[in-house]
Amino acid sequence: MTMLSSERQPAAYEMVRAEDVHKHFGHVEVLKGISMVVHRGDTVVIIGPSGSGKTTFLRCLNHLEKISSGRIYIDGHLIGYRQEGDRLVEESERVIARQRAEIGMVFQRFNLFPHLTALENVIEAPIHVRRMPRAQAEEQAMELLRKVGLADKAHAYPHRLSGGQQQRVAIARALAMNPKLMLFDEATSALDPELVGEVLKVMRQLADEGMTMVVVTHEMGFAREVADRIIFMDYGVIVEEGPPEQIFNEPRHERTRAFLSMIL
Amino acid sequence: MFDWSQVWKYLFSGVMLQGAWVTLWISVVSQALGVILGTLLAIMRISRNPILNLPARFYIWIFRGSPLLVQLLILYEGLPQLRIPLLTFTALEAAILGLSLNEAAYMAEIVRAGILSVDPGQMEAAKSLGMTYSLAMRRIILPQAARVVVPPLGNEFNNMLKSSSLVSFLGVVELTRTAELYGAPTFSVLELLIAATFWYLIMTTIWGYVQNLIERNLDVDRKQSAPFSGGWLQRFTGFGARRAPKVPVPAAGSLTGTH
Repeated sequence: MTMLSSERQPAAYEMVRAEDVHKHFGHVEVLKGISMVVHRGDTVVIIGPSGSGKTTFLRCLNHLEKISSGRIYIDGHLIGYRQEGDRLVEESERVIARQRAEIGMVFQRFNLFPHLTALENVIEAPIHVRRMPRAQAEEQAMELLRKVGLADKAHAYPHRLSGGQQQRVAIARALAMNPKLMLFDEATSALDPELVGEVLKVMRQLADEGMTMVVVTHEMGFAREVADRIIFMDYGVIVEEGPPEQIFNEPRHERTRAFLSMIL
Repeated sequence: MFDWSQVWKYLFSGVMLQGAWVTLWISVVSQALGVILGTLLAIMRISRNPILNLPARFYIWIFRGSPLLVQLLILYEGLPQLRIPLLTFTALEAAILGLSLNEAAYMAEIVRAGILSVDPGQMEAAKSLGMTYSLAMRRIILPQAARVVVPPLGNEFNNMLKSSSLVSFLGVVELTRTAELYGAPTFSVLELLIAATFWYLIMTTIWGYVQNLIERNLDVDRKQSAPFSGGWLQRFTGFGARRAPKVPVPAAGSLTGTH
């Protein structure tokens, strides 16, 4: 994976650009100036202790959290706000919804719609947000469910599926909107250990197919093997970033070393 | 003196049945309108936008904080004083309007509780897929809230059947008014009121059974069912809904590792 990234064309496109992003919740500043870039096709993995702000930052990328200052660009478009003169004004709900439709998100607790079957979960957004005809949506959905290995569970309700299966359906559901970018918020943290592998396998497959991904995770094996770049965050700042070999084998910062020694 | 034969005479008489019917249909209509308006109010109440939030809270405060009877009287006897044609109602109009508006305030709190009971992750997932708030509400949140709303809604209807008796004050000829109308001139006030009581009991008791059936159908305690999909009727009653096939719950100690 890392060999491939160095052979990338020079005209690599910035899929994500964050500029000096700050976020506070009340008096507590959770993000203290995050700046980073994700190129098209890259998989960036964010690691760090809990409370470091990594999940908050991820949720800022699709405006599930509103940033307090700074800018976030996804595929060249300013997210959540528009420029009016020299001020930033929050976008209308419609515009934000459309922006979010291009970004897929997978949650720690799956958040499948329990009143819909797996298939219905996957076709829901394409039909009601993109106005796709039902037959086409179903065809696409079956293809995606096949891809994540759950075609036979298309008519099952979420409560009948294991955690790993639910998460894979959630991935299919996010992919159904044809996103340019996929965000993974500790996608395997709520899974029993024996189910983690099947989800990581799907994520890896996506990365190999060239999806741009930002992954917040504690799975260091996955990070080491699949990431093009690792970002280590702590206390709301990016402490260090670089390719996996550097971060895991020769971390430059003491805090990085301390964190890694605790979990590896 | 008391005369049982009077009770029997009027119990199944045309006028009594008519009165019971009026009680029933204005209760159903008012409850339905109350649910619709109440849902709208609940959504407004949840909103962080003060333009929506404050009027909703004000409405709920007024209609829950003052007596239903007074509200009915204002609609029927008070408003005409303003001489505004649009605000002058017949007894029946005032009755249904008053019952609905009042009920909406109570339903608002019930529906709000239902909406809040839905995991916040659901709205987040919906939003992350590009749904607007209202689309997510309609397709994802409210259908799930419905399950929580059903038991208290059943109780509200039980109350509605009884509080509908207040519209007798407006002259609407429902069950209570019927009893009064026919009791006085025949000197059998008690007998007629007993007959009316009988009909109220029949209606609330039958509703109690129906409510029980619906709640068991919906498996409100979620002992072993999937949520219901289908239209709103299916969602609220469980009848005619598509439901996942039941897998027998394995006995303790016999769980295999398959999933």
